[in-house]
Amino acid sequence: MASDPSSVLVRFAGVAKTYDGTTFAVRDLDLDVRHGEFLTLLGPSGSGKTTTLMMLAGFEAPSTGDILLDGRSIRATPAHRRNFGMVFQSYALFPHLSVGDNVAYPLNVRGVSGQERRDRVARALAMVRLEGYQTRRPSQLSGGQQQRVALARALVFEPTLVLMDEPLGALDKQLREHMQIELKALHRQLGITFVYVTHDQGEALTLSDRVAVFQDGALQQVAPVDRLYEAPANRFVAGFVGDATFLEGRLVSRHSGAVELELPGGWRLRGVDGDLGDAPPGTDVVAVVRPERIAFTSEPAGENALSATVEDVIYFGDHLRARCAIDGQAVATVKVPLGPRPPVGGAVSLHLPAEHLRIYR
Amino acid sequence: MAGSEADAARALARDRRARVLQALGLTAPLLVFLAFTFLIPIGALLMRAVENPEVARALPATVAVLDSWDTVSAPPDGAYRAFADDLLAMAEPADAGGLARRLNSELPGARSLVMGAFRQRESFATLDAPAAKAAFLALDERWQQPELWRVIARNGSRWTPDYLLASVDRRRDATGDVVAVPEEQAVFVRILLRTLGIGATVTLVCLVLAYPLAWWLSTLPVRKANRLLILVLVPFWTSVLVRVAAWIVLLQSEGLVNRALAGLGWIDRPLELLFNRTGVIIAMVHILLPFMILPLYSVMKGIPRDYQRAAVSLGSHPLGAFVRVFVPQTLPGVTAGVLLVFILAIGYYVTPALLGGPADQMLSSSVAQYANVELNWGMACALGAVLLTATLVLYGVYRRFATGEGLTA
Amino acid sequence: MPPCLPRLLAAVLLSGATAVLAQTTVTVVNFGGANGNAQKKAYYEPFEKAAGVRMVPVEYNGEQAKVKAMVEARKVTWDIVETESPDVDRGCDEGLFERIDWSRIGNKADFLPAAVHDCGVGIFFWSTVIAYNADRVKEPPRHWADFWDLRKYPGKRALRKGARYNLEFALMADGVKPADVYKVLATPEGAERAFRKLAELKPHLQWWEAGAQPPQFLVAGDVIMASSYNGRIDAAQREGRNLRITWTGSIFDVDFWTIPKGSPNRDVAMRFIAFASDPDRQADYARLISYGPTHSKTLGKLDAKVLANLPSAPANAKDALRFDFRFWADQGEVLEKRFAAWAAQ
Repeated sequence: MASDPSSVLVRFAGVAKTYDGTTFAVRDLDLDVRHGEFLTLLGPSGSGKTTTLMMLAGFEAPSTGDILLDGRSIRATPAHRRNFGMVFQSYALFPHLSVGDNVAYPLNVRGVSGQERRDRVARALAMVRLEGYQTRRPSQLSGGQQQRVALARALVFEPTLVLMDEPLGALDKQLREHMQIELKALHRQLGITFVYVTHDQGEALTLSDRVAVFQDGALQQVAPVDRLYEAPANRFVAGFVGDATFLEGRLVSRHSGAVELELPGGWRLRGVDGDLGDAPPGTDVVAVVRPERIAFTSEPAGENALSATVEDVIYFGDHLRARCAIDGQAVATVKVPLGPRPPVGGAVSLHLPAEHLRIYR
Repeated sequence: MAGSEADAARALARDRRARVLQALGLTAPLLVFLAFTFLIPIGALLMRAVENPEVARALPATVAVLDSWDTVSAPPDGAYRAFADDLLAMAEPADAGGLARRLNSELPGARSLVMGAFRQRESFATLDAPAAKAAFLALDERWQQPELWRVIARNGSRWTPDYLLASVDRRRDATGDVVAVPEEQAVFVRILLRTLGIGATVTLVCLVLAYPLAWWLSTLPVRKANRLLILVLVPFWTSVLVRVAAWIVLLQSEGLVNRALAGLGWIDRPLELLFNRTGVIIAMVHILLPFMILPLYSVMKGIPRDYQRAAVSLGSHPLGAFVRVFVPQTLPGVTAGVLLVFILAIGYYVTPALLGGPADQMLSSSVAQYANVELNWGMACALGAVLLTATLVLYGVYRRFATGEGLTA
Repeated sequence: MPPCLPRLLAAVLLSGATAVLAQTTVTVVNFGGANGNAQKKAYYEPFEKAAGVRMVPVEYNGEQAKVKAMVEARKVTWDIVETESPDVDRGCDEGLFERIDWSRIGNKADFLPAAVHDCGVGIFFWSTVIAYNADRVKEPPRHWADFWDLRKYPGKRALRKGARYNLEFALMADGVKPADVYKVLATPEGAERAFRKLAELKPHLQWWEAGAQPPQFLVAGDVIMASSYNGRIDAAQREGRNLRITWTGSIFDVDFWTIPKGSPNRDVAMRFIAFASDPDRQADYARLISYGPTHSKTLGKLDAKVLANLPSAPANAKDALRFDFRFWADQGEVLEKRFAAWAAQ
């Protein structure tokens, strides 16, 4: 792909979708898909991510707004003219055709035949490391192999864009992780734009260049994965992407980004403004911190420190996680390096660094 | 080690035996039921199609004499004597009746000859061979026709291919060669072909009507589809005769359909919808349609929408995707429905009898004619066997087709 | 439970001891319809009263297969069967029916000869006639030649599906005298001639199978003329339809009482047949449906109006043909097969 990597390939402009006229599956969607990127649409079920993908694929029409491809509206372009490859969670390999014929299908439709078709099918299968499987039936392959065939089929006609609807959802964990790596490698190798739908935030973080988080039909945040993790735009994103500890409190004061809040137990914590806007002091807020940012400290009275009781310690192989009870709060999770275990039932002090404590409404 | 392996093998064998016994126990009632209601009757049917006991039982002496006859010259005098002896030896008049019916079905008129002789049998008691012949001829001149004696000689054995030959319009001639029956008697091959033709037409019409309907149903939510499927089953709720009567009311020349069409000004004289092929096909399609819709629906319901979407996303026009991706996957349902409807259709009897003309009768009507009216059960069974064979051949074709397609679950 | 049983028994005995203990159930099989109802009124119900037995009517379509199956299996559940003449003769030969003890029925000579058989007693005469709708036909057809006259009577005609009757009608239409019909038909040329004559009508024929159909077709105007059982036309007339009968060239036949061989109630059955052969009973029956009595003394008990509609009335029987069941027993199978082949072409 010779295009400028930062240029916009697809633009959703004010797109909304409703099936019954009152409730919206997708609302007020403004979203850009850039050339060559791996963009994931992430969200729980019913959040609008799949509807968004289906509108892009052409299987659903936006109720309002427009979708632009390279600046031109594709509202009137039927699905089969959009030249987007698509991969389904069910694989959707045609059971009456062999693997080779499945991969050749989009070429047949496009009138590619003879040696060229054979070469391209072979290349596509080689790309997903399934040489020699041409004559098998899809039913004779494992789930992972079937998904690779589906991928080869979606790529063989060099589509403008590849859409994937939870393609790894039916695979078991190990195979899924393996396929994630392959997908990512493939994306890098081909440079084609991928739009990927998943409800699995770990998968989204692993695969994507950027992630668009959806909830209740609304886009919550679209950002590169590290920004998404480190600086979630709101309470929902913070909770949905990655593990986090939530502490309920009340806003005390704000000074140019530095925010102070008070917990019910009387502790005062300082943190960073998440999405407070012009919330006045006294507003109920929540402070969010990642497990790896919390540390045990020997200074119980130190700044941004809390006392807690160790409830449980869980072994994770490469680290431990301590679950610590704080008065009047949900249990806090603390990532602890391997080494001596904190005693269960013992009192500890937790340090929450202010630069990693983000305060949200 | 070896001991425990042997123990394990024994335990395994015991386990397997227990499972086999359990399976047998669970299926035994059905197997017994099937044996009595299905296998034994079909076996009996096939037996009766080749069984030919009447002549062998009633005329043992005559058959023995005719053994040495050349079948061309005049029948030997001894045959008449032997025939008289056989008549005298009959314990029951019914033996003569059975013999008369059997001979008559091959040689019209033989019935009255045999029964006439049977009534006079006492008068033959003391006659020598030439006198016996003279007595028979005095009774009726037809006793001298060699054909009569040939029929007796031919049917002297307990088994005969004649019914089966007759059911495909063939017969054995005087020398025993298989030849076609005369044109004006050739009927069953034509009726069989017609039966298959009507079956094929009905099947095709059912398929054409059922396919889009089943597809539409399969796109609906399950609850709505179930409600509509009940409507599909409505034809089953009424008896054959009620349905036929309803069709007569609808289709007759003064019936609802014709009056409606005339009222709309589309026709100026009534269409002939009844007592011809049209009426038969309309009524048969009506009753057999559910047998097509249900397998199609159940197969279509199991095909995820993703396939068509995938095909469209790969560049197929939606219509092309339907034909190239959806339709091939419905083939198991199509073959099942086609087979079901066709096999049921070729067995139809009442509907063509009441709604069709004489040129629309199907093979089952001939079976009924021989079973009920002529009481020629051998012929009825032979025709039944022909129908059974046609069905089995078809099923064989289906099996090859189904497995050849590789459509395994 | 035990103390109740004697009381129950006593109650049953008191309530009608003789009836409960002595009552036999006799199954009588007929062709149903108006004919079945008439038999019930004229024969079954009076006999129930007179003999103290219960008559259970069963309908059938004349298939002898059931009788044959019962007799062969030696499990006979039908006691009296209304049987058509060819089936009586054939069934008698093949041992399907009990022989009739005529001494118990009455004087053989009192019955019309056609109604006497070794295995059956004639119930009634019935006819297959030319029927037409008087509202639609100006000039009544006089005989079968008119039925075949497409120029004089354009339009469809209905005939019974099958060879029986139709071949006879065709020969009569072709000029064969009733007395010679079966002689001609027995020859190959005669059969050929009958089929050729039938072929003239082929494009104009609508076939019927059930006896109820011809009057329906005539009333609906589907056909201009039809062959029909005379009783069906009579029934339609009683319903006010303007259907008429031409008796010339009609074919009459007899239906018989028969007793399947091995019936456990053959004694009662014989008593019933004797009862039903009484002239008074037969006169009751003929008043209910226009089928002719078989006992020669019955006609005298009927008034002119009833007589005029009976096949056995002298005026109606004058130019009629008696159905030859022996001919059809011999030739039926081959002629029916030939008809099926011919019709299919």
